[in-house]
Amino acid sequence: MTDTLMPKLSVNANDPGAVAGSPFIEIENLSLYYGASKALKNISLNLDEKVVTAFIGPSGCGKSTLLRCLNRMNDLIDGVRIEGSMKIGGYNINAKDVDVIELRKRVGMVFQKSNPFPKSIYENVAYGLRLHGVKAKSDLDARIEQSLQGAALWDEVKDRLHTSALGLSGGQQQRLCIARAIAIRPEIILMDEPASALDPIATARIEDLILELKKEFTIVIVTHNMQQAARISDRTAFFYIGELVEFGPTVKIFTNPAQKRTEDYVSGRFG
Amino acid sequence: MNAPATKNFRTDKFDFWSFFFSGLTGLATLFIIGILAVILGNIVWNGWTGISWHFVSTIPTKDFFDVKTTGVLPMIVGTAFRVIVMTIFVIPVGVITAIYLTEYASNTSIITRIIRAAVNNLAGVPSIVFGLFGLGFFINFVGKNMDAVLHNTSAVWGQPALIWASLTLAVMTLPVVIVATEESLKAIPPGLREASLALGATKLETILKIVLPQALPGIMTGGILAVSRAAGEVAPILFTGVAYYMASLPSHLSDQFMDLGYHVFVLSTQSPNIEQTRPILYATVLVLLMLTFALNIVAILIRARVRKKLRAMH
Repeated sequence: MTDTLMPKLSVNANDPGAVAGSPFIEIENLSLYYGASKALKNISLNLDEKVVTAFIGPSGCGKSTLLRCLNRMNDLIDGVRIEGSMKIGGYNINAKDVDVIELRKRVGMVFQKSNPFPKSIYENVAYGLRLHGVKAKSDLDARIEQSLQGAALWDEVKDRLHTSALGLSGGQQQRLCIARAIAIRPEIILMDEPASALDPIATARIEDLILELKKEFTIVIVTHNMQQAARISDRTAFFYIGELVEFGPTVKIFTNPAQKRTEDYVSGRFG
Repeated sequence: MNAPATKNFRTDKFDFWSFFFSGLTGLATLFIIGILAVILGNIVWNGWTGISWHFVSTIPTKDFFDVKTTGVLPMIVGTAFRVIVMTIFVIPVGVITAIYLTEYASNTSIITRIIRAAVNNLAGVPSIVFGLFGLGFFINFVGKNMDAVLHNTSAVWGQPALIWASLTLAVMTLPVVIVATEESLKAIPPGLREASLALGATKLETILKIVLPQALPGIMTGGILAVSRAAGEVAPILFTGVAYYMASLPSHLSDQFMDLGYHVFVLSTQSPNIEQTRPILYATVLVLLMLTFALNIVAILIRARVRKKLRAMH
C-alpha cells in the first residue's frame, strides 16, 4: 500500500488529532442529501471502541445510509451530498484528502446479501490480502486460515479451500464474507443486515460470531430484527425518517425508552 | 362445501384462439427453418461436388472461371486474414468503450448520451457507406499522410490494403461488440463490485480482477457476432482492400487481398460462360459458409473453455 494519508484510527495510536478517552466514532450534525431530498437529518452520535452498536428503525429511515457513510460507500452514488462531520479516531473521514482505499481497509463491511466472489474459498479471502500487499504463499495461507477460524468457518471448509465459494450454503457464504472482511484486519466492521437472508440456525451462528468478534473489532450493525439487536448489541440507535430518535444502552432502549416513538417501534406497534 | 366427488378439471370446450395462435407461432418457426433449409440445401447439394483438395489449395494462375484451373486458396486466406485483423482491433476498442460507458460515465451526462446515440446510429449505417468512409478516411487521409511522413516515393499505405479493409470492418462491427460487452457488464451483480470496493480495491482493480473476468464470455459473444457479420460483408472492403485478382497470397498488412464474398460477386457477374462457372460459384459459396462456420466454431470453443474455467472458479 502507498503511504497513508490517514493516521491510525484507533484513539490510542500515535494520532495528534485524537484525545485518549474520547469516543471512537464521532458523528456531528451529519446531513445527507440524495439530490434535493434530505435522507439524513442532522445526526449526532458517538460510538465507542470494541462495542456492538445496532442501528434499528423502519425501512427507509436512513440507518443503512448512515452505515455506508462510515466507509464512504455513498461516494459510489451520483448526486449524494454530505454536510457535517464524521470523525473516526479523531480524524474527519469526509475530508477531501482522505485516502478512501485506506479508510475502507480499516473499516470493513459485510453486506445484506452474501456476495462472495465467484472464485474459490481460498481466493475469496486472498483477494483483499493481495490488494494490500500480502504476496508470499506462506503468509497468505496463515492469514487465510486465521481469518476463516475467526469467522468460525475453518472446520467446515478446510478440506475444500480450493473449491468454489458459490458451493457453500447461504450461512457459510455470509461467514466467508466476514472472513474476507476480517482478513485485512480492519478496526471497524460494518454489517448491513448480515443475517436477514438466513435461516434461524445460520442466524444464530452469525450472532455468536458477532459476540466473538467484538473482542477485537468495533462493530456497527444495521438490523430489522429487534430480538437480534437486543441479543447482540451493547448500544442501540433508533432512527425514523432520517432522524436519530433515540440512542442509548440497548437494555434501556428496549425496556425503558425515553421516547414514545421508540417504545412504539420496539414493542411492534408500528414499523 | 360439498363439491361433487366426480368433478374433474377437464373441459370439453375447444379453445379456438389458443389453438390458432400456438399454430401460428409454430408455422412462423417452420417457415424460418424452411427458408434456411432451402438455402443451405441448395448450396450444399450443388456445391459439394465442386469442392476438392485441389480447389481449396490452389492459387489460380490462369483463368479462374475455368473449373480445371481455378482455386480459392487466396480468397480463403484473404477472408480469414481480414476477419482476424479486424477482431484484433475491434475487441479492445469496443471493450474499452463499453467499460467507459458502463463503469465510468455518468448516465445522465450529455457526452454519454451522445456516445450512446452515436453507437446506435453506427449500427444503422449501410455497409457501403462504411466502405466509402474507409476509402476517404483510412486510405486518403491516414494512409496518404503516413506515406508523406515516411517519405515513401510510391504509395505504400495510401492505397487499398488488408489493414484498411480490416479497420473499416472493425468500425462497422464496433457497435456489436460495445453493446454485447455493455450487456455482460450490466449483468454482473452490483454486490460483487461493492464487495471488492469495500475491501479497499480501487475501481480499476475491481474492473480488472472481478468485473472483466466475469464478463469475458459475454464479450466473446460480441466477438462471435462481429466475426459472423464481417465474414460475409463485401461492400465495406470494395474500395478499401479487395482485389479482383492477385497472383500471390497477401503477406503484408499493406497488401491487397482476394476475398470469398467478393469472388462470388466476380464469378456471378464477370464470367464469360455462366453455365461453366456455375459449379465454381456454388463451391465458392459453400467454402465461404464453411469458413464463417469454422471461425464461429473456434470462437465458440474458446468461449466454452472460458465458461468452464469460470465455473471451476480457479
